[in-house]
Amino acid sequence: MKHGGGMAEAPGTDRGGTRRDASMSASAAEEWFVREVLPLEAALMRFLQHNWRNKADIADLRQEVYVHVFDAAQKEIPAHARAFVFQIARNLLINRLRRLQIVPIEAVADVDALGAAFDAPGAERAVIARDELRRLQTALDRLPPRCREAIILGRIEGLTGRAIAERMGISEQAVSVHLINGMRALVDEVYGSERKS
Amino acid sequence: MSGPVHHRDADSIEAEAAEWLAREHFWDWADADKAALESWLAVSSAHRVAYLRLKSGYARTDRLAALQPSKAEGPGIAWPLLLRVAASFAVIGVLGVAGAFYLARNARPQESTYSTPVGGHEIIRLADGSEIELNTSTTVALRMEAGKRIAKLARGEAFFKITHDDDHPFIVEAAGHRVMDLGTEFSVRDYAGGELEVTLVQGKARLEAADAKEDQRSAVLVPGDVAVATADTMSIRKVKASDLANALGWRRGLLVFHNTSLAQAAAALNRYNPNKLVIADARAARLTINGTFGTHDVEFFARMAETVFGLRVSTAGTTTTISR
Repeated sequence: MKHGGGMAEAPGTDRGGTRRDASMSASAAEEWFVREVLPLEAALMRFLQHNWRNKADIADLRQEVYVHVFDAAQKEIPAHARAFVFQIARNLLINRLRRLQIVPIEAVADVDALGAAFDAPGAERAVIARDELRRLQTALDRLPPRCREAIILGRIEGLTGRAIAERMGISEQAVSVHLINGMRALVDEVYGSERKS
Repeated sequence: MSGPVHHRDADSIEAEAAEWLAREHFWDWADADKAALESWLAVSSAHRVAYLRLKSGYARTDRLAALQPSKAEGPGIAWPLLLRVAASFAVIGVLGVAGAFYLARNARPQESTYSTPVGGHEIIRLADGSEIELNTSTTVALRMEAGKRIAKLARGEAFFKITHDDDHPFIVEAAGHRVMDLGTEFSVRDYAGGELEVTLVQGKARLEAADAKEDQRSAVLVPGDVAVATADTMSIRKVKASDLANALGWRRGLLVFHNTSLAQAAAALNRYNPNKLVIADARAARLTINGTFGTHDVEFFARMAETVFGLRVSTAGTTTTISR
């Protein structure tokens, strides 16, 4: 009998328990990071975009927040992910402003006010799941045609890179680039942070 | 979190992480590649978080894979497939924002409504950690009232996985009844004839009539209990764990039939599909089948009736008729 495939649990967290001991805390941190922190991404991006003028820095800022948060979690998992993430983000922005040496006082005040607002229990986590299908469709629609085709063949039809190249009549190198771009765009959509081109 | 953080620019790290992930998924992947990935990850936390983010995000795009059509081959597939994707997404009737309970807390009582179309399947994740999984053709409205989290099942079937909170009881209202969570996983199905079915998977819940002045029509359900309630009756039976899993097969997109008559099986499939099956012959309707079908496998089901039972199948418009 045929099974309606695809609805299976996401393979994101491996419950196989392959790694032990030394990397125990590392995988606990990873699990926590995926479960508690990543769902905050849309809110985090809004926070950063709101409080940092130079949009070109946003991706780097996000990365820096994630790195701080993840490193801290490897030592000890913070009790309140949301509060912790926004505190890190706030401190990061303040430090950056200080380093710029022109400390616009009102900017710092603003950051604090906003941070407080974001500490309230919010709906972002839920929004992600809610709109996921629509987001994915939109993301898929927005991909350049060839990239979209590669992703459809790969993600939906389950073809290998080589088979995609054959089907599309393009080089494997080109397929690889399409897949990488497509994956990144879809993932951005999953987390609800818009990709700035 | 003081001190300088050694970092390269996020964009190029993400590009590399994506390349690893793509290799893992689409190209040859040997132990040596795995080891190489491990050492790339070990270089810095920046690598690791970028990879984690992409990997778990990409895993969630697996819903797209659920849209795979049955065996279509040959070139020119991309377009019909795209249409299919678009069509499947077409009607997701949702209003408002999830986490509605929290939004509604301060404001005047405010409802957020979530619906799935025929064949739809959606999970609502609430800010309190609870999850509500909507089956086909289902409507649930959420509101916060006097400190209580209330979900009204207006039609259809939903699976509730509730984060218990003594201060904010979770109540499901359906077909003139209330299910009160006492730390629970359960499903509620509103059969359109005023009949309600509550299946308890984990924890405890209380089922009572909505106008419960008297206590006589109230029951505490424990795992394995299936309660069927109508306006004036309530009955509870115990089912095996395996039957429980089968009854909730829809959560995985499956219908599990065990000595099920063709008529019942067709009715089950019809719940999920705009294309309807009609068993036009009383004797054929009584034939029984075993097996697992995808909730959207109408065509497959018809073909099975044809080849296994030698029945006649004809399709006109959105109706597929099975007869002798």
